[in-house]
Amino acid sequence: MELNQLTIHELQEKIKAGETTSTEIVQAVFRRIDAVEKDVHAYILLTREMALEGAARADEEIKKGNIKTLTGIPIALKDLLCTKGVTTTCASHILHNYVPPYDATVVEKLRDAGAVFTGKTNMDEFAMGSSTETSYFGITKNPWDLERIPGGSSGGSAAAVVADECIAAIGSDTGGSIRQPAALCGVVGMKPTYGRVSRYGLVAFASSLDQIGPFTKDVEDCAIMMNILAGYDPRESTSVPADVPDYRQFLSRGIGGWKVGIPKEYFIEGIDAEVKDAIQQTIKVIEGMGAKCIEVSLPHTEYCLAVYYIIAPAEASSNLARYDGVKYGFRSLDGRDLMEMYKKSRSAGFGAEVKRRIMLGTYVLSSGYYDAYYKKASQVRALIKQDFDEAFKQCDVLLTPTTPTPAFKIGEKTDDPLQMYLSDIFTISTNLAGIPGMVVPCGFTRAGLPVGVQFLAGHFEEGKLIQIAAAYEKNANLGKRRPKL
Amino acid sequence: MKIQKDEVTHVAHLARLEFTEAETEKFTAQLNNILIYMDMLNRADTTGVEPMTHAIAQKNAFREDLVKESLSREATLANAPDARGDFFRVPKVIE
Repeated sequence: MELNQLTIHELQEKIKAGETTSTEIVQAVFRRIDAVEKDVHAYILLTREMALEGAARADEEIKKGNIKTLTGIPIALKDLLCTKGVTTTCASHILHNYVPPYDATVVEKLRDAGAVFTGKTNMDEFAMGSSTETSYFGITKNPWDLERIPGGSSGGSAAAVVADECIAAIGSDTGGSIRQPAALCGVVGMKPTYGRVSRYGLVAFASSLDQIGPFTKDVEDCAIMMNILAGYDPRESTSVPADVPDYRQFLSRGIGGWKVGIPKEYFIEGIDAEVKDAIQQTIKVIEGMGAKCIEVSLPHTEYCLAVYYIIAPAEASSNLARYDGVKYGFRSLDGRDLMEMYKKSRSAGFGAEVKRRIMLGTYVLSSGYYDAYYKKASQVRALIKQDFDEAFKQCDVLLTPTTPTPAFKIGEKTDDPLQMYLSDIFTISTNLAGIPGMVVPCGFTRAGLPVGVQFLAGHFEEGKLIQIAAAYEKNANLGKRRPKL
Repeated sequence: MKIQKDEVTHVAHLARLEFTEAETEKFTAQLNNILIYMDMLNRADTTGVEPMTHAIAQKNAFREDLVKESLSREATLANAPDARGDFFRVPKVIE
């Protein structure tokens, strides 16, 4: 086993036992990056020098016996998290040269915990997409099959973790952007409760839905990362001042006597047969562990996609109004007056999908259409949340497929936005309701593509998700498969 | 048709975007398809349902009104495409 293939907790043990150093770990990660990155393209920017300097500093601390949770561990950051002095592009031409003057809170927290940063990972432009194909900096490939997409929008983070180009990574999830790529790449991903993790320094997409979370190689690492990321931040007014438990305590509790809800609306026509089989196999494993699986209903599920593609673009059109070529980012030099400068900078600076969503969002908020679209969608959103409230009266957690199909081919859905949007059909309701969701690998198709199961819980019940995910991981016996690169 | 070409052009102006003729046609067709799909929401009975704006109900988040350090002028202007002196410079606004 190479060092870069290990988990956070395995590396911690080795560091504590004096069997390895942070420098060796970081060197192993960059050897791997040098070998596979030309095929995978998980990163927009590599910060090799800074990582090696960070590793040297970590090794000094380790010598002094000062070992924190992530001391010397290489972590990758999605390129929409502000990093002081390091470009943060959001995979967009309009921010291609933006150098933030401050760190995002999660970046600060990870650094304070001892982490070393490998670089900034690729993503769909402004996190708008399900395939990482809309990046201004090129497509990320799925490490299991280089002709396929890794999912999105946090496709670079998911690919980097499964290709062992980092030990863990951070992503963001507005409608499934952590969970969908985690499922399609075969790693663990968590979207925490809305308000659980500070978004200070996260470039905003849809502010009532965005949430930051980790990608890891196993469930224990997810608990370790959540311990660092979660918590109130006075700089972020939607972060919630609620107590944060030690998530590691949930790793070994088991799920005996639990009720696990299976929402019948999630087993739709059009779901891939092998995905369905893998989920049904997962249900059997869960039942074998002393939990009872019961059918529940989320009757407004069919409306989720329509609600999401009104609310998210509406919020995005407002959030992205700030990119005007004045204070930072790209400015077109062709504008003869201020209005022309705005229009030409924005039109040349944003890609097609971002412009499509700005247009959709501006339209649904415009005078005469607000009630028909935005208000109606916000009302149906309330009904979707009520569905979950009712379901969680009957069960501890919900179990669902994460995606209708395994990873699709590059280019397969780029010409049909609605088809692309449908790949998020099982993940967006979570963001609309603000509840936490977690994805764990649950098998492979015959073609060798990973499938992930999604667990959902009530607000601030990430602990329950870790509890069932850890129990499942231990009992599923999936073995350690690695992509052949 | 849910949305016509001239409406697309108007919305583009509101969003401070501009498109070629071909782009406008493509956007009109794509937005139409998406808006037709949205029509399914009319099937949902929302009589008396309060619109939901936040996933987690929170009251106003207040902080102490204290003077704290903020970004320096240099750091603030460092990313500007055209900074001059202490200002962001833009093309002329008035004739």
